[in-house]
Amino acid sequence: MKAHGADARPILDLTGVRKTYSTGAVAVEALRGIDVQINAGEYVAIIGPSGSGKSTLMHILGCLDVPTEGRYELAGRDVSDLDEAELAAIRNREIGFVFQQFNLLADMTALRNVALPLVYAGVPGHERERRARQALERVGLGDRADHRPGELSGGQQQRVAVARALVTEPAMILADEPTGNLDSVSTDDVLGLFAELHEAGRTIVLITHDHEVAEQAERVLTIRDGEISEAVVVP
Amino acid sequence: MTWFETLRTAGDAVRAHRLRSLLTMLGIVIGISSVVLTVGLGLGAQDKVRDQIDALGSNLLIVSPGSSTGTGGVRGGFGSSSMLTLADAEAIADKAVAPDVARVAPTTSTTTSLAAGTTNWTSRLVGTTTTWEQVRSRTLASGRFFTADELTTGADVVVLGPDTSNELFSFGSPVGQTVTVNGASLTVIGVLEASGATTEDSNEDDLAVVPITTAQRLGGSTSIAIATMYVEATSADTLSAAYQEVNAALLTAHDVTGEEADFSIATQDALLETANSTNRTMTILLAGIAAISLLVGGIGVMNIMLVSVTERIREIGLRKALGATPSAIRRQFLIEASLLGVFGGVIGVSIGVVGTVVLPDLIDQPVSISAPAIAAALLVALGLGVGFGVYPASRAARLTPIDALRSE
Ligand SMILES: Nc1ncnc2c1ncn2[C@@H]1O[C@H](COP(=O)(O)OP(=O)(O)OP(=O)(O)O)[C@@H](O)[C@H]1O
Ligand SMILES: [Mg+2]
Repeated sequence: MKAHGADARPILDLTGVRKTYSTGAVAVEALRGIDVQINAGEYVAIIGPSGSGKSTLMHILGCLDVPTEGRYELAGRDVSDLDEAELAAIRNREIGFVFQQFNLLADMTALRNVALPLVYAGVPGHERERRARQALERVGLGDRADHRPGELSGGQQQRVAVARALVTEPAMILADEPTGNLDSVSTDDVLGLFAELHEAGRTIVLITHDHEVAEQAERVLTIRDGEISEAVVVP
Repeated sequence: MTWFETLRTAGDAVRAHRLRSLLTMLGIVIGISSVVLTVGLGLGAQDKVRDQIDALGSNLLIVSPGSSTGTGGVRGGFGSSSMLTLADAEAIADKAVAPDVARVAPTTSTTTSLAAGTTNWTSRLVGTTTTWEQVRSRTLASGRFFTADELTTGADVVVLGPDTSNELFSFGSPVGQTVTVNGASLTVIGVLEASGATTEDSNEDDLAVVPITTAQRLGGSTSIAIATMYVEATSADTLSAAYQEVNAALLTAHDVTGEEADFSIATQDALLETANSTNRTMTILLAGIAAISLLVGGIGVMNIMLVSVTERIREIGLRKALGATPSAIRRQFLIEASLLGVFGGVIGVSIGVVGTVVLPDLIDQPVSISAPAIAAALLVALGLGVGFGVYPASRAARLTPIDALRSE
């Protein structure tokens, strides 16, 4: 299903979002007035050079950080009205994160890493295990459930991270340079997974500085010096 | 997040840093085990003192020369006037004067060298009357105690304590044999049963008991001072009445007022109280030191937990990104600290209990195991973990997910 119809409601809606980091005397304006709407079910890539504010934007989209100025509505709710616990619940249930550094916990098996969001969702143990196993199978790592991250290749670790992002069945996947540390084969694996998730109706926001990767998306936004501009829609 | 899940996460973290967790617990282990041991030593010493004082006899008043200021404290005596005499003992024993007194045993006590053949042994020579045996609740292992006749004539007889007998006659039967004291030959007529109440400073099983008349002759003086007069009341109920009677009788006999009394009377309870108060001071002092080491242990837990929060800042950030609420993170670190406290407490109690079993053999001091002390120690350990975990845990909870994730 494509979400470009007239009745499509934005799942993410940013108006005049600014983010200023004040480190001592110097204030860095990482985002300078971002207006962007992303509809449910869209596959959006955000591309821009290093230091342009991509990660800052993604942290705000993912409710990991709050804007200094402006308004951010997630599924119709103004995020600034929510407290820490409510934000945690949103991150837990509605967003799946994939990071450049994988961010898996080294002491835990792949299975327990994948099950971690379900722990905070209050899902009972056996159900957690079933769903985590399913998610691992979905990314093609069903046979590696009991391996620790250190025993997996970079590509495999990122697939575990993708499994963790989709285990709670979130409406939206936010990925910050998910292929930044991967070779071309693993990159194709991960992008293939994203394409499948998009087919299944999930909203995907993919941050990258790689044009080839950005081409996988239906819509590409370019960010430069904290300001965003719409690129030509890829046919 | 369920408690079980939190416990598991915290347990994993403790296990992941096994050596560090162990070192962290060390302070608590040492603190708790020394609390268990010092309380055990204190209670053991109290039990021992009670046994010793009980072993003196029952319903006893202990009359000593010299005035007293309350319990324990003794003011200087008045020279020769501050003496107890056989006449005093007779006065107290008079039923008309002191109807609630059952028996009186005046005793003299000197340290003397005893000889049996070529064997020499230094012991306590106790001179007393025939009532001593009952008043002090002693029984004889063999032979007999001396008679009233032997007391009047100052016969050359002696009853030996079991330890003295063993030293002089190397476990043979001494009854009928001869012991030489100050050139006089005394015939051994009996050996006492062990009393069981023995300390380094007062061995109730190493003594030689002779008629008081004999002791005074051997000492070369008829006025050898009475060291202690043991007065037995007719029953526990009449003990305080007996106390008043003995006090009045002695004041009359010495012709002094209550203020200038040249003797002091103590009950067994009073003796126990005096002994225990010093004991208690020692126990409190030692327990105080142990408590300080517990405090240091608690600060150790806090220190390590703070290090752990800093070290695991990325993990905290990730957990928050995946949906951990601040309270879930706080709980995780709080439980981790409590686990350290409880494990430390359990190990400490185990060491303390092993110590209470092993220590008596090493230092010849009884040590008791006190269940309330152990329960309290475990609670304190848990409290230390929680108490000193609160600050690091709330620091972890307050971290914003992004600051935590960004840090490398
Ligand atoms: N915590 C911070 N304190 C101060 N300045 C910051 C902070 N985080 C980011 N910045 C600044 O904000 C700007 C945008 O940073 P951001 O991490 O969003 O860039 P990016 O587009 O993700 O770059 P990259 O491709 O290298 O990851 C940079 O100039 C950066 O130095
Ligand atoms: Mg970045």
